[in-house]
Amino acid sequence: MNTPAAAAPLTAQAYKSDYKPIWCPGCGDYSVLSSFTKAFAKLQLRPENIAVVSGIGCSSRIPAYTNCYGFHGVHGRSLAAAAGLKLARPDLTVVVASGDGDGYSIGGNHFLHACRRNVDLTYVVMDNHVYGMTKGQPSPTTEPDWDSKLSPGGTGLRTFNPLVIALAAGANFIARAFAGDPNGTAEVIAEAIRTPGFSFVEILSPCVTFRPEQREWKQLVRPAPVTSTEDAARAARRIMTDDGMNIGVLYKADRKPYQPPMGKGKKHPSDLEAEFAL
Amino acid sequence: MSKHRDQTKESISIAITGSGGAGVMTAGNLLLEVAAQAGWYGLMVRSSGPQIRGGEAAALLRFAQVPVECLDDRFDILIGIDWQNIHRFADEIPLDAASVMIGDPDQGEPPEVFVARGASYAQLAFKQMAKAIPGSWPNMIALGLAAGLAGLPIDSVKAVLQKSLKKGGGEKMAANLAAADAGYAAAANVPAVPRLAARTGHKAGASNAARWLITGNQAAGYGAVRGGVRFCAAYPITPATEVLEWLAPALPKVGGVLVQAEDELASVNMIVGSSYGGVPSVTATAGPGLSLMTEAIGLAVAAEVPIVVIDVMRGGPSTGIPAKSEQSDVNIALNGLHGDAPRLVVAPNSIADCVTATQWAVHLAEALQSPAIVLSDQYFGQTRAVVDPPADLGLVAERLKASAGAEGYKRYALTESGISPMAIPGTPGTAYTADGLEHNERGLPSSQAGDHMRQLDKRAQKLAQYDYGERWADLEGEGELAVVTFGSCTGAAREALARAAAEGIKARLVSLRLLSPAQPASVAKALAGAKRVLVVEQNHTGQLYRYLRAEYDLPGEVRSFRHPGPLPMRPDEIHQQITEWSRS
Repeated sequence: MNTPAAAAPLTAQAYKSDYKPIWCPGCGDYSVLSSFTKAFAKLQLRPENIAVVSGIGCSSRIPAYTNCYGFHGVHGRSLAAAAGLKLARPDLTVVVASGDGDGYSIGGNHFLHACRRNVDLTYVVMDNHVYGMTKGQPSPTTEPDWDSKLSPGGTGLRTFNPLVIALAAGANFIARAFAGDPNGTAEVIAEAIRTPGFSFVEILSPCVTFRPEQREWKQLVRPAPVTSTEDAARAARRIMTDDGMNIGVLYKADRKPYQPPMGKGKKHPSDLEAEFAL
Repeated sequence: MSKHRDQTKESISIAITGSGGAGVMTAGNLLLEVAAQAGWYGLMVRSSGPQIRGGEAAALLRFAQVPVECLDDRFDILIGIDWQNIHRFADEIPLDAASVMIGDPDQGEPPEVFVARGASYAQLAFKQMAKAIPGSWPNMIALGLAAGLAGLPIDSVKAVLQKSLKKGGGEKMAANLAAADAGYAAAANVPAVPRLAARTGHKAGASNAARWLITGNQAAGYGAVRGGVRFCAAYPITPATEVLEWLAPALPKVGGVLVQAEDELASVNMIVGSSYGGVPSVTATAGPGLSLMTEAIGLAVAAEVPIVVIDVMRGGPSTGIPAKSEQSDVNIALNGLHGDAPRLVVAPNSIADCVTATQWAVHLAEALQSPAIVLSDQYFGQTRAVVDPPADLGLVAERLKASAGAEGYKRYALTESGISPMAIPGTPGTAYTADGLEHNERGLPSSQAGDHMRQLDKRAQKLAQYDYGERWADLEGEGELAVVTFGSCTGAAREALARAAAEGIKARLVSLRLLSPAQPASVAKALAGAKRVLVVEQNHTGQLYRYLRAEYDLPGEVRSFRHPGPLPMRPDEIHQQITEWSRS
């Protein structure tokens, strides 16, 4: 995490770009963008010391809507690009934006290994249980009976529980947030950034275009009835038994982040030649 | 500089074979070190069966008093510590009536395929001899024997063994020294091979101080570091793993880092991320990995992020022949990205050049904000050779960077050179989003025809306009016949041309180092006056030949001479092409 600014405090507005989002009116991602900038302001990070990294999908358009350094890469690989960036540049605050298709389907393997590797990243997944950018196909978190052109009558497949997987794979911080509560979400993102290691924040972010029924989420979500735990077994029981609508930090540990020492060695490349010399 | 010479009369080729655990590779490596210690040049090619451990293995060595870059057409000596499955190497170890085989009678007779070639056979009971010296091993007998037959001084054998066995303690050293001594003495009882006898007059003593013993994979790793690389993301794959294993301890020494990724999709995206962060970055892979990486290499093209991908080519397609060489990734390196995606492709043409070409690739990638693919191959990568150290060209990463607070900063600004200043995260006032989406000059996504056209032009022109200097190819010799080749075929082509020259046939060599972007003007100049062009490569479909036909106006008659791996391109087969065509 980079050092807070010394001069006049930055407002959330200072982290916004002048570029107009392509999202549909009413999309939950607008609120998530606002939570990003609120969290950055809360932490008073310099915009140039933040990198927002993403893959492909509606949620992955976020970087250019911020005034931070952005990286909009290829589908599913945001965590890899972000890990490379953070390992090479440990001085930066690196936040990764993804969605349920980008993060859990095509990027599923990187999700596992990012949790396991525990690089100091904050991974925010805007989950709306649908591929929005390609106009309405089922994702790993889509209900098995959800009807679509690509899966008439539903996929018949059980849904993927990303929080359980994050826990099993070794994520250091696991939270669920709701886009309809931008202030609460900003708090969670700020805490995720503040917590060293790999922090995973799943945000329920309604897709009003392809999943209009998700408008009801605001009636269904509730603060998690218990405070966060450091006990992985307890966290697993809670996450596996809740209905997916408990909001808040659900697990927080203190595993040491993975950060090999960049920039420490002082030898000149020619010093390496000795091993080849006869 | 003409490197034409006839090396065939002054080199000796030795194959040491045996089943896994026989210590073939150890004996071969030590023999190479003995030759180096004695002042010779040489190389050792590794060949083994598909088993992880325990399969048949062959150390293929060639020595000379001048640098050697390829295997010879034939072997003078074949030593079989045992003959288990060694018949599988019949094509890789050509013997003739002048060759001699030495085998252990307790391990059976030499394979029929070798006997049929008329090579003479001498017996030496490696196992019994080793048994008689407690604590020694048959491969040390073989080492001594090979050194004796090659005419290497016993003092060099002892010096190398003493250095190598230092860790094992006194008894182990004494036993194996004695074994090597016994093998060396036994060489006197092996019937002399005529060509061999003439060569035993080699004198040791050339200075060793300024020479290296190095593999192409180590060389490529070192070239990357020399060029300024300080970050590597790695996923293991045969035969590229040693590049990564060399970089793992080397990078931290110079202030860098290597991280192991979960797959090649991750490794290449990691280096796009680290390079976006301003740190020159590399990864190394082979064909299957390169296939997986193509999408992210395209991202590096579009987002203009410099990265270097070292592709150590092996037999393909698909899993192919992982541990053996083939130049069959030319197509994917040149064309394997979707969209109109200009990229740099650089091919080293010797083991020492793996240092220089990789260093140059880093320099070019950084200067041009472009991905660069380095086309090495298994032959270079896993062959260990005595080389003259390649000079440091001083070519290091020099990226054009935006300065803080640049007024109205546009990441993808249209400039005369096509290169626009790149803002590095942490720089105030120049934040932008690097994007694989087509974009305008500011970097904001755009699907408009004008922006697309301008950015396509920009990315194409920055590569096309750059002055690559003399390094785009090695040009040697003269004549109306030109051999155009690249990579590991270069050594064999060079030797073939030397033989032809000795017979009065003049020919020129064009060994391409820069495969992409194409250099039509340079090639036209290099081939001016040529009436016959022979394109030599080690693959099945003539991938380089087709590329040259597409990109260049080649003069006169053009022929393709090619065969796939794993058999190496040998001097004699190119020599035959040259002489037959010259006489027709």
